Amino acid sequence: MSLENTQKNRLAIGGRIDRSRALSFTFNGKRYSGFLGDTLASALLANGVDVVGRSFKYSRPRGIMTAGAEEPNAIVQLGHGAATIPNLRATQVALYDGLEARSVNGWPNVNFDLTRIFSLFGRLMPPGFYYKTFMGPKKLWMFYEHFIRKGAGLGRAPTVRDPDIYDRINQHCDVLVVGAGPAGLAAALAAARTGARVIIADEQEEFGGSLLASDVNIDGKAAAHWLAVTLAELAKFETVTMLPRSTVFGYYDHNFLTIAERCSDHIALTNDKAARQRIHRVRAREVVLACGAIERPLVFAACDVPGVMLAGAVSTYINRYAVTPGKGLILFTNNDRAYETALHWHASGRQVVAVVDSRHNPQGDLVQKAAAKGVKVLTGHAVIEVLGGKRVKGAMVAPLSADGSKLTGQAKALQCDTIASSGGWNPVVHLSSHTGAKPIWDEEIIGFRPGKSTQAERSVGAAAGTYDTASCLAEGDASGVQAAINCGHSAVATSYNVTGETAAGPAQALFLLPHGKPTSRAPYQFVDYQLDVTAAGIELAAREGYTSVEHVKRYTAMGFGTDQGKLGNINGMAILARKLNQTIAETGTTIFRPSYTPTTFGTIAGRDVGELFDSARFTAVQHWHEQAGAKFEDVGQWKRPWYFPKTGEDMDDAVGRECLAVRNHVGILDASTLGKIDIQGPDAAEFLNRVYTNAYLKLAPGKCRYGVMLGEDGMIFDDGVTACLGENHYLMFTTTGGAAGVLNWLEIWHQTEWPELKVYFTSVTDHWTTATVTGPNARKVIAKVCSDIDLDGDAFKFMDWRDGTVSGVKARVFRISFTGELSYEVNVPAHYGRHVWEKLIEAGAEFGITPYGTETMHVLRAEKGFIIVGQDTDGSVTPYDMNMAWVVSSKKSFSFLGKRSLDRSDCTRTMRKQLVGLKTMDPLDVLPEGAQIVNERNAPIPAAMQGHVTSSYYSACLERSIALAVVKGGLDRLGEQVFCPLADGRVIAAEIVSSVFYDPSGARQNV
Amino acid sequence: MGRYSVFSLMKNALSYHENWQAAWHSPKPKKHYDVIIIGGGGHGLATAYYLAKEHGITNVAVVEKGYLGGGNTARNTTIIRSNYLWDEASQLYELSMKLWEGLSQELNFNVMFSQRGVLNLGHSLQDMRDIARRVNANRLNGIDGEVLGVAEIQKIVPLLNCSPTSRYPVLGASWQPRGGTARHDAVAWGYARAAAAMGVDLIQQCEVSGIRTSAGKVVGVETSQGFIGAPKVGCVVAGNSGVVAAMAGMRLPIESRPLQAMVSEPLKPCLDTVVMSNAVHGYISQSDKGDLVIGAGVDQYNGYGQRGSFHVIEHTMQAICELFPAFSRVRMNRQWGGIVDTCPDACPIVSKTSVQGLFFNCGWGTGGFKATPGSGYVFADTVAHDRPHPLAEAFTIDRFTSGALIDEHGAAGVAH
Ligand SMILES: Cc1cc2nc3c(=O)[nH]c(=O)nc-3n(C[C@H](O)[C@H](O)[C@H](O)COP(=O)(O)OP(=O)(O)OC[C@H]3O[C@@H](n4cnc5c(N)ncnc54)[C@H](O)[C@@H]3O)c2cc1C
Repeated sequence: MSLENTQKNRLAIGGRIDRSRALSFTFNGKRYSGFLGDTLASALLANGVDVVGRSFKYSRPRGIMTAGAEEPNAIVQLGHGAATIPNLRATQVALYDGLEARSVNGWPNVNFDLTRIFSLFGRLMPPGFYYKTFMGPKKLWMFYEHFIRKGAGLGRAPTVRDPDIYDRINQHCDVLVVGAGPAGLAAALAAARTGARVIIADEQEEFGGSLLASDVNIDGKAAAHWLAVTLAELAKFETVTMLPRSTVFGYYDHNFLTIAERCSDHIALTNDKAARQRIHRVRAREVVLACGAIERPLVFAACDVPGVMLAGAVSTYINRYAVTPGKGLILFTNNDRAYETALHWHASGRQVVAVVDSRHNPQGDLVQKAAAKGVKVLTGHAVIEVLGGKRVKGAMVAPLSADGSKLTGQAKALQCDTIASSGGWNPVVHLSSHTGAKPIWDEEIIGFRPGKSTQAERSVGAAAGTYDTASCLAEGDASGVQAAINCGHSAVATSYNVTGETAAGPAQALFLLPHGKPTSRAPYQFVDYQLDVTAAGIELAAREGYTSVEHVKRYTAMGFGTDQGKLGNINGMAILARKLNQTIAETGTTIFRPSYTPTTFGTIAGRDVGELFDSARFTAVQHWHEQAGAKFEDVGQWKRPWYFPKTGEDMDDAVGRECLAVRNHVGILDASTLGKIDIQGPDAAEFLNRVYTNAYLKLAPGKCRYGVMLGEDGMIFDDGVTACLGENHYLMFTTTGGAAGVLNWLEIWHQTEWPELKVYFTSVTDHWTTATVTGPNARKVIAKVCSDIDLDGDAFKFMDWRDGTVSGVKARVFRISFTGELSYEVNVPAHYGRHVWEKLIEAGAEFGITPYGTETMHVLRAEKGFIIVGQDTDGSVTPYDMNMAWVVSSKKSFSFLGKRSLDRSDCTRTMRKQLVGLKTMDPLDVLPEGAQIVNERNAPIPAAMQGHVTSSYYSACLERSIALAVVKGGLDRLGEQVFCPLADGRVIAAEIVSSVFYDPSGARQNV
Repeated sequence: MGRYSVFSLMKNALSYHENWQAAWHSPKPKKHYDVIIIGGGGHGLATAYYLAKEHGITNVAVVEKGYLGGGNTARNTTIIRSNYLWDEASQLYELSMKLWEGLSQELNFNVMFSQRGVLNLGHSLQDMRDIARRVNANRLNGIDGEVLGVAEIQKIVPLLNCSPTSRYPVLGASWQPRGGTARHDAVAWGYARAAAAMGVDLIQQCEVSGIRTSAGKVVGVETSQGFIGAPKVGCVVAGNSGVVAAMAGMRLPIESRPLQAMVSEPLKPCLDTVVMSNAVHGYISQSDKGDLVIGAGVDQYNGYGQRGSFHVIEHTMQAICELFPAFSRVRMNRQWGGIVDTCPDACPIVSKTSVQGLFFNCGWGTGGFKATPGSGYVFADTVAHDRPHPLAEAFTIDRFTSGALIDEHGAAGVAH
């Protein structure tokens, strides 16, 4: 079929792809074909696409280097528009029909990149060059930076809202197995068979890990067969959760691990039916880390030319995807295991030009095998430089001293188009390191292995430096058994019989290859491909005194790319160690951090975005408010009616009308949002006595008291009324925004300092609807709907509360007032809230009852000089500063919270800021809230600020503006004139007055 | 010390960069110094630099248990602003801002101080009152600041969710154009190099384990490289302040907690300024490399492990996706934590102590990176003259006894 014809590197048979399912996709605008089961990378290789990206600094052409998470080069942007995804690794993108990908760098395109011109200046751009220049003239940095920023970055963020949703799920298990290669599968199976609850997760599309491209037999059958049987068995356990396409990306304290599952990314760009990705937050009793190892390339000149690949990746492409990514191969290795790649290449029918082995006398079975197949093996040699630009054309190969440090003869050119490179393997120690375990250098495996564990966790298989399948299965099984036993299950070991495996001889510790020229002068020997960090760069950093491995990382940017140094970091550390004449163990690693591979923001956020970001809270009367045309204000989590405009009214009109209605007739406010804490217990009164500044021991049932709470620093923290409901039973009202904080505060003190007090707190905020009926006609309104409370002013006094029935509903009615008018706060169970509210409105109709919102509430209380905590206070004022000495009791037997601080010298000094009123000289001028106050009209800058305006309104009732402010020594400065210079250049003059503007004697609320 | 310039770059390029000098050396400690600074973070290095530069005190050692600049200096989100609310704080941070404005030139090291502006978003009427109050105070203190409306904000940050129907709609913002970011490592290195050039010894991998005193006076420090004597010791150890104070038998009003941050994969420019939101708790900027740099909230427990909890990361991502719905498909590359040292009033302690010759500079908490130059400047002056620098007078340890707190926490409601 014609689709297939474009795939010049696709082998006729083999691989795990589904040849009956041809897929079409585009890359950089060109159409290609692949098969179901391909990754984008394998499909590109099949199609012979060499250049997939450009490097960051020198914009060098780059090709696919690996087959997994360590890929530094093949970074692509998927799709376009709202659903586009930046910076995916082609090696980890499952191919689907219609997939659209493009390179993230290169202008105008990756094959013909004009920005390459910058690389002419490459020599001027050693690591840290930007620290040394662009410094003058001073103002020009922003100009330079503009261009630096333009050139930086990989893909593009979408510019509109994400069309997808994401999920989150909490999981608990006995054993979490990370990685589904032979070690992980054996572990999962062993644990599952004991009845343990097991989760096994693997980042790849398919479970199997190295078994997906393996030649060995397990228990007499091909590895693929064992894999299929094992997966089938695991699938049968109800206690086992199998998560493919799931990256365990973080390991936190107390065996808490996070898994990002890609639910639909292998099918399409977006998922219009369900969540695109989902986080599993797993609390595991035991963890088995079987996350494998990552191959390390060797470092030589121009080792970044497309066509240079990891040896293991080449094998993976041949065996798993039936793609041989070239015609003529040179394998460059320092170990036996990589010889398999030469054998696979050979078996695929293409030419192996040579195996270049740095070791002088390799004797392993694989070496013999290769020789037996007629593969030319050059021992004691090295590839020191790659020839070619957009694709490998050949390699310069030279004889190497036995210790790998020197060339011992002339280099000669060998032609090839692919160089498979293997410098050994690095166990994936990332997750173990997240727990704080420090990786340990192991000369034996020439790699870092996981350090001593601080969690119930063990690493097995390649993740622990064990590379043969037989041992991986054995270790996996043993770990699964042990983990299950630790969870209280009883388990037996299984033994696996592995055949067809070739033992590996010793490898050589070799990282950077010598070149005819010193490192500083050789062509770039790349260590971190994505960030163009070279061996010379690392040596330069060391020369300049950046000797800590962390300094080198930060100075050169090594490991900062999207592969986070998975490919190059260990090489970099080895190069640094050599330069500093120290061991790799002494050099150490940088710290591995989550995410193991990058995690989508939206996935981490889950469902808690948009409407559900922080669920809005509404009172039971919400719909009535909406129908009445209310505008709403966010107060804490609540939506509160702000004001109720009538047609044609703006906020000022509406608020003026509402205010006058309350003062002259009657108004109604939905006060349900105020925090309510039910407090019970024999020590309840004692507790209240300790947290409030005033006394509570003598508060009798049926009575209410206003109180102020202080922080330990003596500063006002919250206020509200507390009512005594009965013996040992109180109801505390808090501010709307402060409710949760106050409950926490009470609990902290109770649980940590006064556990001996018998008292219990329950938040009942949402249980009650509170309708405040206030104004001269309030009593008449209540009288119409309530017959079982004696409303007479002498029987039911200000600051009393009564049980009763309001419109047929059991109610608590409180005579407390935040407006300064005769007020009844009717509390009914929230289910009846709307009903009672409507009855009150009905009853009030003849008296002109007017619903009002928070703005009117603010104006009315400001007319009375009542403070709002958080508006007139800011955590820096005491009750004395607020002119509320009356609320502080000096006679209490037990101290109260904050009392001691009130005696500190700064709290008792003069000239503290105190709450006062301000009247502007022009009564129509309304001071902006937040205006600062100075003593002179034309105060020079910096000006000596005296305080600021905390609340400011036009008072319809007083027919002028009023403001509350805190002013230094304000209470002694009544009558003085002060000034508020505003940002627009105006300066408003005002007179300091009492903070009580209306009914100073309080007569109106007391009738 | 060879000067850095485009010419030195060209010259060195000709010799394949083989002849660059070390930015600093790593000497063994001498037996005795005039001043020892414990902690080689930005603040400690800046202190050493200004001791040498402003006070001619060059017989100074900076003693660092790890590598220079490896603490919070290397871990922060590098937001710089000086629009603090209270006079005392704003003057200190404004001194710092002025020093930032010439720092690359002064140190001959490009710290990439980038004045791309800082927005503090307001999402409620009270937020807007606080913003107005703070901006008014800033202007009267001679610090740049404006209150911006939604349309202006949207122009500056096109991808910000300014929809009036969002959960907590943006109602406005404070805007400090001179604010921005800098390259944190470069700040530590620049100070280190300049201090070393004047004779300061930078001693890495040297942990202080004790403070030796005699008759109420400090005489030196015990370290993993032996005893080092000095009549003056300045402690600038951020998250470890409580630990070091305990070595001198003191308790500080400081809590140490994890604070986390994270970066996305690099993206083409898409966010040109720093955006901070306290109510929808998240703050974000884009680095010159293209990463979105995001700050998270503080973990609520005390501890010294430099990593925090995942739920804090979740909350932060929710906030970021809420503020920037378009970033939802971007991916987090890396996350980490530092240990922040916070005082009850969220302001620092720059102070003498009850032990003669022992000084503390700490409590910068979640927001001390921006203060690095100013902190070093006033602390060096305090140590040199054995009395608080005038701008540091309000920040002595005594304020916790007198009650003269400078409550940026409660009042300004802006962290970092
Ligand atoms: C995630 C995060 C984000 C932040 N974001 C911002 C921001 O956006 N803007 C901002 O202004 N600030 C921010 N901060 C705060 C800022 O990082 C710090 O306030 C500032 O960097 C502190 O600098 P430092 O030099 O005092 O501390 P550090 O850099 O922590 O230096 C203290 C040094 O003391 C050393 N030390 C400790 N104990 C000993 C000992 N016993 N012996 C020897 N040495 C010792 C440590 O190793 C360390 O190097 C953030 C902090 C964090 C963690």
